[in-house]
Amino acid sequence: MVVSKELLIVNRLGLHARAAAQLVNTANQFTSEITIEKEFEQINAKSIMGILLLAAVCGSRIVVTADGEDAEAALMKIEELVNDGFNES
Amino acid sequence: MMVSTKVDIPQDTILVGIGTSPGIAIGESFSLHRPRMSAVPVPIHPDEVHAEVEQFLNAIQEAKNQLNEVRDNVTDQRLIDHLYIIDTHLLILEDDALVEETIRTIEKNLLNASGALQQTIQKFQKIFDGIEDEYLRERRSDVDAVGDRIQYNLAGEVRQSLKDVDRKVIVVAHDLSPADTLQIDRDKIIAFVTDVGGRTSHTSILARSLGIPAIVGLESATSLVPRGVPVIVDGINGNFILNPSDATFQEYLKKKQEYEYQSSSLLAYSQLESVTKDGYKVRLNSNIERPHDVTVSKEQGAQGIGLLRSEFLFMGCAAPPDEEAQYQFYRSVIEEMAPLPVTIRTLDVGGDKFVPEINLTDEANPVMGLRAIRFSLKERTLFLVQLRAILRASFHGSTQILFPMVTGVEETRACLSCLNEARNQLLAEGISIAEELPVGVMIETPSAVLVADMLAKEVDFFSIGTNDLVQYCLAVDRGNEHVAYLFNPLHPAVLRSLKMICTAAEKENIPVSMCGEMAGDPFYTLILIGLGIKELSMSPFSIPRVKRVLREFERSEGLKLIEKLMMLSTVSDVTHYLEKEMFQKMPTLFTPPEI
Repeated sequence: MVVSKELLIVNRLGLHARAAAQLVNTANQFTSEITIEKEFEQINAKSIMGILLLAAVCGSRIVVTADGEDAEAALMKIEELVNDGFNES
Repeated sequence: MMVSTKVDIPQDTILVGIGTSPGIAIGESFSLHRPRMSAVPVPIHPDEVHAEVEQFLNAIQEAKNQLNEVRDNVTDQRLIDHLYIIDTHLLILEDDALVEETIRTIEKNLLNASGALQQTIQKFQKIFDGIEDEYLRERRSDVDAVGDRIQYNLAGEVRQSLKDVDRKVIVVAHDLSPADTLQIDRDKIIAFVTDVGGRTSHTSILARSLGIPAIVGLESATSLVPRGVPVIVDGINGNFILNPSDATFQEYLKKKQEYEYQSSSLLAYSQLESVTKDGYKVRLNSNIERPHDVTVSKEQGAQGIGLLRSEFLFMGCAAPPDEEAQYQFYRSVIEEMAPLPVTIRTLDVGGDKFVPEINLTDEANPVMGLRAIRFSLKERTLFLVQLRAILRASFHGSTQILFPMVTGVEETRACLSCLNEARNQLLAEGISIAEELPVGVMIETPSAVLVADMLAKEVDFFSIGTNDLVQYCLAVDRGNEHVAYLFNPLHPAVLRSLKMICTAAEKENIPVSMCGEMAGDPFYTLILIGLGIKELSMSPFSIPRVKRVLREFERSEGLKLIEKLMMLSTVSDVTHYLEKEMFQKMPTLFTPPEI
């Protein structure tokens, strides 16, 4: 199963070190292949370097796509994390 | 304990860097020898590929073990919050973009592990350097730190670690990685200095969390300072003194004792009332920009937030934050401070940051250009979003709103009409807002000073921004080294401006507050009391210092002082007189004038 959704980065620091690490750790909990797309770049959500290099600042839009058995659950978890601004205070 | 070593460093050599963590330390230098591991690219035979890959994977595993060990040994509560940096490094070590890519290079290009790793890292460095956002670009340093660690492991070199330090020392290093800093034991490492780094680097932030003095950006400290030399770290001014003479040693010993005594005794003032000896109350507020500054403000005894800068919310953001995000931010500060009041200043920056169509970089005079309230009034939609967010948040506690850089009555009325429009919109939507919301203007341009009597009829309060007022009043760009010496709040023109503002406000019976640097410097406190400024807003850490001075004076002394100062005609006469007075009144806190 393949699911996909566009998300808005709302936390002030964007996908910085702490947020990127949280994102990778979340993606790693699932067996699905998860990719993140920003503009024309696509990276593996389980690669921290990929996420850092995506340079998604606050206000950027990303498209998260999950492909696999637990795709829906994975997308939901990631969406929650992104929308909560990575619990950044 | 001083270890005397024969060195050819002249006595009292001073290196100047950026003091990033305040305090003074006197001790023995410990140079952390950490030569950069340069990669050694060597072509290999196809038979050697397997062994080379094996070696690379071992080096990765070793690096993981090292980082895990660092993490497991952190027990200091102040450091636990920063452990995510280690997690980031661990994830990089597990990243296929690093591991697989390097292995592929070993196999395909028949290159040894060290050379292949170097290629991978360089590839990433290049991409990182192309990132526009400064904070995200800086993450390159994380990849570099991981790369260095693997290179060390590949070469079989043991990195000297701060863990091995066995007595009290001051660490001198080219750079400290977050992993190094996390290993600092406060009982042994009493301060550190580095050649590179800035105020916001991981290392600086960690030093402040640990509360040990630190200086960064010294450039050549490691090449000049051998191990075991007596040194002094002045983290307040960023001075690093090598081989101090007896006199310097005594001087700094005294400074150190004073600093330590003051920081411990000052905090006691946070609980005391902010009032002069004759019962004149002055409200001491704090200037803040982030939600967590609220906690510090309360600890230091702030009686409110005199200036909540909203710019922080807009920084590093490609698009301006929407109403909801702004509302949440203002609301969290207001709720946490309640019942104490919070004054929110609307956006105070040049507009080029948020509206790309307006390219302001070509403005010849940006400080006189499209910024602050001028930008807000031009971008009305953005302005209304901010006003709506503030109004909604005002429902949750005592709130005031402040418009920056107003130059006259028209602008003030335009602001008020926008505010009214936002208010009407919300009421029509059935959204609750505070019944009472005092509105004020910043007085920071000479024109606002000259029409202060008219402005006072339009608004509920004034807030004087001294940094800009001095700059505009004296036509001095304090960032310009050739004229910065002219920047002085004791210029008679500035004093007259302050007096005019206060007189105008008094006539209309509206309060005046001050939120520039002048407000937080105890040297000026008596002047401000004399002028009748009833609220001072400053960095939270200045509050106890100002309060201590305030509590020693009487209002009448301030009135007499200001009367006398207004008659003096030069900056040096005013300065000299004020220095003499302050020294006479509080000789332990102020220095006498130089003759």
